[in-house]
Amino acid sequence: MDILPILSTLRRHKITALLVILEIALTCAIVCNAVFLVSQRLERIHMVSGVAEHELLEVELANIGPKADDSARTAEDLAALRQIPGVTSVASVNQLPFANSSNNSGIKIDRKQNKSSLNATTYYGENIADTFGLQLVAGRFLKADDYVDIDTAKKAFVAGDAKGLPKNTVITLAMAERLWPGQQALGKQIYMGNDLPLTVVGVIKNLVRPSIWDDATAQYSMLVPIQVSDGVYAIRTAPQERDRVLKAALEKLKQANPHRVVLQKRTWDEIREKFFQNDRAMTGLLVGVCVALLVVTALGIVGLGSFWVAQRRRQIGVRRALGATRGNILHYFQTENFLLATIGIVLGMALAYGVNLFLMVHYELPRLPVMYLPLGAVVLWLIGQVAVLGPAMRAAAVPPVVATRSV
Amino acid sequence: MFVHYAQLGLLSLRRNPLLTALMIMSIAFGVAASMVTYAVFRAVSGDPIPQKSAHLFAPQVDNWGPQYNRKGEPASAMTYTDAMALMHAHKAKRQTVLFQVLMSVMPTQGSGLPFKSAGYATYGDFFSMFDVPFQYGQGWNAQDDDNRAAVAVISRDLNQKLFGGANSVGREIELEEQTYRIVGVTEHWDPKPRFFDMFNGNAYTDASEVYIPFTHAIDLKMDTGGNNSCSGVGNRGVGWDGWIRGECVWISPWVELDSKADADEYLQFLHAYAQEQQRAGRFSWAPNVRLRDVNAWLEFQHAVPPESRLSLTVALGFFVICLVNTIGLLLAKFMRRAPEIGIRRALGASRADIYRQFLAEAGMVGLAGGVLGLFLTGLGMAGAGMVFEPQIARLAHLDMSLVALTLLVAIGATVLAAFYPTWRAAQVQPAWQLKSN
Repeated sequence: MDILPILSTLRRHKITALLVILEIALTCAIVCNAVFLVSQRLERIHMVSGVAEHELLEVELANIGPKADDSARTAEDLAALRQIPGVTSVASVNQLPFANSSNNSGIKIDRKQNKSSLNATTYYGENIADTFGLQLVAGRFLKADDYVDIDTAKKAFVAGDAKGLPKNTVITLAMAERLWPGQQALGKQIYMGNDLPLTVVGVIKNLVRPSIWDDATAQYSMLVPIQVSDGVYAIRTAPQERDRVLKAALEKLKQANPHRVVLQKRTWDEIREKFFQNDRAMTGLLVGVCVALLVVTALGIVGLGSFWVAQRRRQIGVRRALGATRGNILHYFQTENFLLATIGIVLGMALAYGVNLFLMVHYELPRLPVMYLPLGAVVLWLIGQVAVLGPAMRAAAVPPVVATRSV
Repeated sequence: MFVHYAQLGLLSLRRNPLLTALMIMSIAFGVAASMVTYAVFRAVSGDPIPQKSAHLFAPQVDNWGPQYNRKGEPASAMTYTDAMALMHAHKAKRQTVLFQVLMSVMPTQGSGLPFKSAGYATYGDFFSMFDVPFQYGQGWNAQDDDNRAAVAVISRDLNQKLFGGANSVGREIELEEQTYRIVGVTEHWDPKPRFFDMFNGNAYTDASEVYIPFTHAIDLKMDTGGNNSCSGVGNRGVGWDGWIRGECVWISPWVELDSKADADEYLQFLHAYAQEQQRAGRFSWAPNVRLRDVNAWLEFQHAVPPESRLSLTVALGFFVICLVNTIGLLLAKFMRRAPEIGIRRALGASRADIYRQFLAEAGMVGLAGGVLGLFLTGLGMAGAGMVFEPQIARLAHLDMSLVALTLLVAIGATVLAAFYPTWRAAQVQPAWQLKSN
């Protein structure tokens, strides 16, 4: 197909051609960035948690009025929960992954360090590893005799009494890699908060934090052998048993002590869903805008294409009369659209990088991967061709006899 | 004449129905996407207390030092020690400190179950500082603060729940097994974002239902129902006493200052206070204090969710593309009528007449797009809950100003887009058109 005659025709319709190019360029820029944003959000939504996702339940209770003898009551609650058929494991914990409110601590690897090496989430609660379904990669989990009661630990800390303090900890692989890159973490010492020394006895594969400020540190979690009585219970059961077990658990807890308010009763799937609600919403919005944009652009090409064909009916007739086949006319319009789309895409890629730079500055996004550009190009070429097909076929159907009329 | 042109424009919508439909849809989609996201953005970026935002300030004192503070900024809340020092100094016209409380409420009559209510432990100045409207009674006074009285202010909603909406001033309410005397019932009052409690991430949560004196809550050794941050300083310490004497922050302080001079003076006072703490050996760093008014505070606390800003940007980009599309389609629509224009020009119509006619027609297209856009905006508002957090989506509503804005933007943008096509239409040479027909 000869391109030169097309170009010289386009030169005579500069503005119309420019409008098509501009529309394709803007669409290319926005769609590339929007798809990139969507992929970022999707990656976040599928963040690994490290827990037995579809088997966990959370029940949170609060006492009415002043608390009394919490640890004994918690032991009663746990015993009652264990009796429910179908419950495989229960734990009284201080927090759950993705549940949003979190308990964190600065971690040092040297007592004399001025600043903490990193900030990690501290998970308390006996039997937490079993209930969460954590995966061990080295060493061992915390055992019953590692655990101390939180009040005992606090008193011991103030008194400087090493006996009542927790001594061991289990940390995530991500945390171990960050603290001692390339080294074995087992047996090493860390210092938590106000210089509480802990020995690493186990490393787990994953355990995500309850609240995440920075995705890079999302897996900085550790298990500390402290027993808590905050009224937060994690219950593990088979996925299909969850509804029944949750109902039974509430019933049991109410029997054990009716003088309480239920703050939270949900499956861990619900916790996860709520945590990523914003990300999912943004994904939906962006996908919607992308589809709308592509449709609008396609319709714009259809509209302008029809106009163009109508304007050039007579010229088409002349070409047909001079021997051009229907195929020639069809190809002419397809090539024209391809040329316009190509110019638009080139411009659009430059623009896409510009938009990406703006997003990087204002929304702390990473750089747009290069692979998005050819992908965007192919999509726009396809849309252009599909959109122009209708008008081009109408052009090809113009009979040569038009040339002889009304000249 | 304009009316005539407008009528012509309306009639012309029926010509080339495909092109017209494309244009109207394009404008409607663009304007609706922009309006829905704008409505949400407007809701979250607004001034929650416009009449006083320049006179209310959030003081900050850095009690963590350069080692543990956040990029040089003092913590977003205060320790009990510092909060009490500000209250006792009494350097501002009005001042209050507050923390969130979560209390179980005993139903007054019948067999209802106890439930949790969220609210604040604060000082009596709270109500006058933040212009809290009252349905019955009023806030407690300074004497109640000093007497550490067991009084409470409840919200209209809670009053409805407990007393069926009757005037409950003077009656009693049981919170956390303690009896309080009700002194006031607020009207529905829920500034968004809740600027005075940004520390707890409560910017867009449900309205608070109960208020009790800070001094009384301290007597009861009440724990905060909101956030408590100890940064690198360590843990909460032992027991309640250890906690309130420590360096954990959990109290939000506010002061009301009438003039710039007063604000400067107050900043001086904060500086002097930090200096005194440094001399006393509590801070081992130079004074690092801030005094931000409501709007600066909201900016600092990132009250506008990034999602909202980003989606507004995306929607505006979408609108621009829709407009570019409209320019092309209008051009097609107008140029098809070159023969008609030629005849009108030959019959004596001036270029200005052509301008007027075609801009009026574009206005009609814009109007049609705006009406459809309005409908889509309405739909979008209903669906906003799927995109934004329900708490935020609830804030966006289709009011008269938004309806007017939608139509205005649709018509204005379309007329603007029509300038080039109209200019081209006006350039049509009558002789050319007449010759070939």
